[in-house]
Amino acid sequence: MAADHNAFITEATIEGDADAEGPLAGATVAVKDNISTEGIRTTCGSEMLADYVPPYSATVVDRLTEAGATVIGKANMDEFGMGTTTETSAFGPTRNPVDPERVPGGSSGGSAAAVAAGEADLALGSDTGGSVRCPAAFCGVVGIKPTYGLVSRYGLVAYANSLEQIGPIAGTVEEAAAALDAIAGPDPHDGTTRDLSEVEGADPDASYAAAADGDVDGLTVGIPTELFDGADERVVETVEAAIADLEDQGAETTEISLPSVEHAVQAYYVIAMAEASSNLARFDGVRYGNRAESDGNWNESFAETREEGFGAEVKRRILLGTYALSAGYHDKYYEKAQDARAWVRQDFEAAFADVDVIASPTMPVLPFELGESLDDPLRMYLADANTTPVNLANLPAISVPAGEAEGLPVGLQLVGPKFGEERVIRAASAVEDAS
Amino acid sequence: MSDTSESTGDAGADEAGDADASAGSDAATVDAEEVRHVADLARVRLADDEVDEFADQFGDILDYFEALDEVPETEREEELVNVMRPDEVESGLTQAEALSNAEETEDGYFVGPKVS
Repeated sequence: MAADHNAFITEATIEGDADAEGPLAGATVAVKDNISTEGIRTTCGSEMLADYVPPYSATVVDRLTEAGATVIGKANMDEFGMGTTTETSAFGPTRNPVDPERVPGGSSGGSAAAVAAGEADLALGSDTGGSVRCPAAFCGVVGIKPTYGLVSRYGLVAYANSLEQIGPIAGTVEEAAAALDAIAGPDPHDGTTRDLSEVEGADPDASYAAAADGDVDGLTVGIPTELFDGADERVVETVEAAIADLEDQGAETTEISLPSVEHAVQAYYVIAMAEASSNLARFDGVRYGNRAESDGNWNESFAETREEGFGAEVKRRILLGTYALSAGYHDKYYEKAQDARAWVRQDFEAAFADVDVIASPTMPVLPFELGESLDDPLRMYLADANTTPVNLANLPAISVPAGEAEGLPVGLQLVGPKFGEERVIRAASAVEDAS
Repeated sequence: MSDTSESTGDAGADEAGDADASAGSDAATVDAEEVRHVADLARVRLADDEVDEFADQFGDILDYFEALDEVPETEREEELVNVMRPDEVESGLTQAEALSNAEETEDGYFVGPKVS
């Protein structure tokens, strides 16, 4: 069954604690293959790491197994998380369980497909620019991108450190929230994690699962026109119907404007590519990873190893990141992207003075057909228009099924203020109740 | 950039350093020489057809990035704090574990390619 959708790169088991009690006891979980699992190969969807076996597990994996969940396999993904379709994997594309001729979204496509196909109860993905929310939307399941610093990244193979968070994917909001309960919290191995008892306005005793109570009476929902303009009409109609359902349940909506998000995709790609060019410099075939047969010197051997080990999209991003950071271009691209990032953050902060959550389509398009966007990287990047602003602003967001258009799933994205996970979970559970 | 080794030639190096000319023009164009130069800096060997394909795609993508010129200079007040801990000895990976994924090792060391 697993082979049908190619959701897994490796099927292997890490048993959960049999004595654990709670919502995750006995649950099965698919773990994205850029999250380290002790003794089980962790490929990042890349030829470079096809034989890499981590000597330790990521903090999130330990926390899930301690909560009673059993890891059943390593989920397919775009190579190093670089893609929106799971087609850049060196292990072949994953197919969307809803329609096998279409992509499951990416980059955590295997994780979402495993849940959508019923092969796993839960999954972990990582979200650098939408990589949890996009596949959740395309596969008709729920995905949460936590506030930056809520979940440990220890053991996550880095792509763009300043943007990425590990997040859960599940069939329902409550199940995804319960997985978040298990993985959230400070970790001495990741200095960017926050102790919520030290964060103003945050509740260190929050139960995310308990927040999935569907109560949106009096909630104010901001509707940013910029994230609806340019989206596929069928997507917009489906999302607007779901928002109308929220109004029927007592929520109020108000139009807002986030002018900065028009520059989010550009800023995101410049920053992510720049960070990637630095992070992926470690793959030189010496300490880990495949090494090319080479008679050349140090530099030549590295270049040949990286030619062989990396696929086209990874090379593209390393090269563009190197270009954007190189002498003479740093101020033009990287500095301006940082300005845009600060602007996006301020725009959201101002909006949250007036509204509780912000709603939009998760993806502005319906799931692509397999192969449709592979030859046109810019087209693939533009599909990230609604998800990347959230990573630039370090905010929490959830994608919840809003309904279907042409028989294909459409996701509604709800964004909250920093550490406002309970709010987006509550609102998403009301969307779920209505559909 | 500190790295100037094995540049593909003067053309590549000159272009990479000549941002003013590029910033002033409307469209970002990237030629094959420039792609080769950046690939050299990043230690990624490319096949000739890959160089041409990337040159085309980079032109489109960098054109799109040009819109960042419209972004106003923005105050960046980040709430960043240092995260400190006592410097105490803890157990970590054993030497065998640390070497377990290396292609080639000798006497407890990684073996890399020859330096020159």
